[in-house]
Amino acid sequence: MSLPNKHILSPTKWIELHADYLYNYTISRINNHDLAKDLVQDTFFAGLKAKDNFQGKASERTWLISILKRKIIDHYRKINSAKGKAEVKMNFYSDGDREGEWIEERVPNSWNSEVEKDIENRELSEAIEKCIDNLPEKYAMVFRLKTIQEFETEEICKELDITSSNLWVIIHRARTQLRKCMEDSWFKN
Amino acid sequence: MKISCDEATKICDKNQYGEASLWDKIKLNFHLFLCKKCGLYSKQNTVLTKCYEVHKNANNEASHCLSEDEKKQLEKGLKAKL
Repeated sequence: MSLPNKHILSPTKWIELHADYLYNYTISRINNHDLAKDLVQDTFFAGLKAKDNFQGKASERTWLISILKRKIIDHYRKINSAKGKAEVKMNFYSDGDREGEWIEERVPNSWNSEVEKDIENRELSEAIEKCIDNLPEKYAMVFRLKTIQEFETEEICKELDITSSNLWVIIHRARTQLRKCMEDSWFKN
Repeated sequence: MKISCDEATKICDKNQYGEASLWDKIKLNFHLFLCKKCGLYSKQNTVLTKCYEVHKNANNEASHCLSEDEKKQLEKGLKAKL
């Protein structure tokens, strides 16, 4: 008995039909060409391995994306738990009498107001990119998702399996770190 | 009502995305009224948000794709497993 609406898998056509789509999906979440390419490849391999589990309820592409999504969460967990993981520098005292106060050397300095006018500058974009790249991977990833890719908070939380308060702590640390980096590299008086 | 600089700047960051609650904003403004350091942070944060916007547009103009060679490589890898 044939079901007309049942989807089937055609692995020989995967690259042609889905490679670009999966790659774009990945690069908007993981801003690294080689890594994104590897995740796409892993997704196709995992798809092949699991092809007998495909029930044909969803389209081939939706099914491949669901595999890719798990690969992305796995990647996030890896960068979140990596041994000796890099943390951002503290900007505020974390305990004692002065808990929550600015650490002196991290207090904002006033900026050269001339530079602010030059906001459309291409070099500015490069300076920002450099500063984001200097962040520990986890912070860079969440910051990019929220600020550059403009994902909804809820969507990021769902995709990375984190809470919204977790997300705002990451964004806060990323932005305080970026402020300092931009002050030193761009807005210096 | 009283919050630390850490909390105030966190609300300020959240507010850059329009996601701070009204009560958060009241607490933030009360803090900014008294704290010059966070006042400067807040002012600079607005500038940075504009900068990130510019960067976002530059980023979205750049196209990201796999080269034909890379796709051939992928194809080869996949065929070997078929």
